[in-house]
Amino acid sequence: MDNPILDIRDLHVWYRTYGGYAKVLDGVNLFVHKGEKVGLVGEAGCGKTTTMRSVLRILPESQVHTPRGQILYHGQDILQMNQRELHHVRTGGVSMIFQEPAAALNPVFTVGTQITDVIKYSGLSKQEKQKDNIKNLAMQAISEVYIADPERIMNSYPNQLSGGMKQRICIAMAIVTARELLIADEPGTALDVTIQDQVHKLLRGLVEKKGMSLIMITHSLGVAREMTDRIYVMYAGNIVEVAKSGDLFRKPRHPYTLGLLESVPKLTGGGMAEGIYGQIPDYLRPPGGCRFHPRCPRAIARCQEEKPNLADLGDGHQVACFQV
Amino acid sequence: MNLRAYILKRLFLSIFVLIGLSIVIFIIARVVPGDPARMALGPRAPQYAVDQLRQEMNLDQPLPTQYYYWVKGVLVGDLGKSLTTKRAVADDVKEFLPATLELAFIAAIFVVIFSIILGTLAAKYRNKWVDTVIRVMAYTGVAVPAFVLAVLFLLLFGYIWPVIPVLGRLSPEIMPPPTITGLITVDSLITGDLSAFWDALKHLILPALALAMGPLFQEARIVRSAMTDNMSKDYLAAAVGYGIPSSVIMRKYLLKPSLIPAVSVMGLDIASLMGNAFLVEVIFNWPGISRYGMEAMLRKDLNAISAVIIVFGVIFVLVNIIVDLIVAYLDPRIRLGGKV
Ligand SMILES: Nc1ncnc2c1ncn2[C@@H]1O[C@H](COP(=O)(O)OP(=O)(O)OP(=O)(O)O)[C@@H](O)[C@H]1O
Ligand code: SF4
Ligand SMILES: [Mg+2]
Repeated sequence: MDNPILDIRDLHVWYRTYGGYAKVLDGVNLFVHKGEKVGLVGEAGCGKTTTMRSVLRILPESQVHTPRGQILYHGQDILQMNQRELHHVRTGGVSMIFQEPAAALNPVFTVGTQITDVIKYSGLSKQEKQKDNIKNLAMQAISEVYIADPERIMNSYPNQLSGGMKQRICIAMAIVTARELLIADEPGTALDVTIQDQVHKLLRGLVEKKGMSLIMITHSLGVAREMTDRIYVMYAGNIVEVAKSGDLFRKPRHPYTLGLLESVPKLTGGGMAEGIYGQIPDYLRPPGGCRFHPRCPRAIARCQEEKPNLADLGDGHQVACFQV
Repeated sequence: MNLRAYILKRLFLSIFVLIGLSIVIFIIARVVPGDPARMALGPRAPQYAVDQLRQEMNLDQPLPTQYYYWVKGVLVGDLGKSLTTKRAVADDVKEFLPATLELAFIAAIFVVIFSIILGTLAAKYRNKWVDTVIRVMAYTGVAVPAFVLAVLFLLLFGYIWPVIPVLGRLSPEIMPPPTITGLITVDSLITGDLSAFWDALKHLILPALALAMGPLFQEARIVRSAMTDNMSKDYLAAAVGYGIPSSVIMRKYLLKPSLIPAVSVMGLDIASLMGNAFLVEVIFNWPGISRYGMEAMLRKDLNAISAVIIVFGVIFVLVNIIVDLIVAYLDPRIRLGGKV
């Protein structure tokens, strides 16, 4: 297979807090190939958003410490990039749809202003950035997310739009100029189930039409199976299992994945880890060894001492557990 | 609600505010001890003269009747006579108000411009030395009263380093422009007298700066904290993520939402500038209405006190309406009344 577009290696991200460092990401490994759709699944607070915001370097810089790891974009480490290179990634490489569409739109500017600025500062040529063309591109993107009357939407402020509309606008902003990789952070979770479903279909259609790669963050294994080719399961800042979507359901191996699957099927996205006793650890004092051991039904003495690495089971299936 | 209806409604409501204000100030001015007629005529004046003046001023009548007479006058533009200047109070206001308006206006410009610049800089370089310097300046600026600054300016620019005029509204050798609006800068521009304009402007800088310094730094702190609060908003992270340059983010996507809380406070402070100006006016020998009002209070010059307070009240109301309009302009959630 060719080289991945994005290759996150052993990523550690800590937050500075009053109580000390919250050691959230503890060695995340994740890659995406061209045209691939990848899911990232895990319960609330496991570090999905943190991982993906690191890719665009949009975490609050003053609060974040990255002691170890690389985020390779076509082989170049995003964490080491200068502003110009970073700008290149942000405008032509990767774009992100935020978890809360209502919060991701600036309340005091019109949708039109916000979306045309994305085009204006993108990597397009001067010619393509002529005023008429910018407007056309913006209207086209809004039409592409199935909103009628783009002209009116352009002149609206975010709070004049419904939740579903805001979500669609966020998608439009992310695809308005060409990107290789789209990161969707729990799209539609804030909406009701039917609209959520439409949003998922819309996303999949757009990604396939434009030949983009997708990283889809979700609480729900069910959604991940429908939407993606491969699924990463994350627990407390670690990738604990990765497999092709079908394989993960047919032969799940990690105790955490097994627990997740027990709590499927569910109709709604939230509160999925009910099949597993306990809570995600305190990141200020995370458990040593395997971070899952306090909750793991199969834990042995070794699990408290040593951290399991991802081990290959063949065909891209990897698991981080001593008991597999 | 459309803009016109909104403004009309605000103006209508303001009338009641002003009526209330006039009653309160009317009563307060009359119940504090001291006989205005005696004070006006001096301790040696014979009692019958004092009594006569009291009668002339209706001071021998009950308060409601006095108020009735006063309102009757005000409605036809007669604010009564000043006991100090012995002129119609309306003429005094006409003479002294423009000087203070001009001063407060320039001070307001200082407040707006510098608070935004300093606040933005402090937010941009938060927790760096720039921020620290601005913070120390802010503590000083807020803590030092305007009149102390005024005295310092007077010493510094009057004696040590005389690069800029310190007293009055115009240099003696400059012919004042004919009075049109009473604002010398405006009148000189209208008549095309640039040297008078320039001279008047130079005279305005120091008193306006002394007056502006406190509010300016207070507002700079508000701008800074609003900006740093908003920096952690998703919409900014999103804008950065889309590749919008940081300069555009600072001056557009961050500044506009952050100005909303600052503008409201700025409005209150700017509206209070005129009332706070009296010591600055005294020190810079500025023939303004704030000083006039203060002197009126010391002398219990009843009509002058009422007039000045009402003028300040009107200005306060107007500034607040303007501020509300600016906030509505900045914040579509208010303007369009949508769900917030
Ligand atoms: N700025 C911050 N400072 C300190 N801790 C933070 C900060 N941002 C996030 N965290 C913590 O990091 C952990 C991971 O957060 P993150 O948002 O990445 O989780 P998530 O997997 O996206 O969760 P969710 O499904 O709820 O969106 C959480 O425990 C959160 O409290
Ligand atoms: S390594 Fe041990 S604690 Fe961790 S999942 Fe496997 S068995 Fe459980
Ligand atoms: Mg999240």
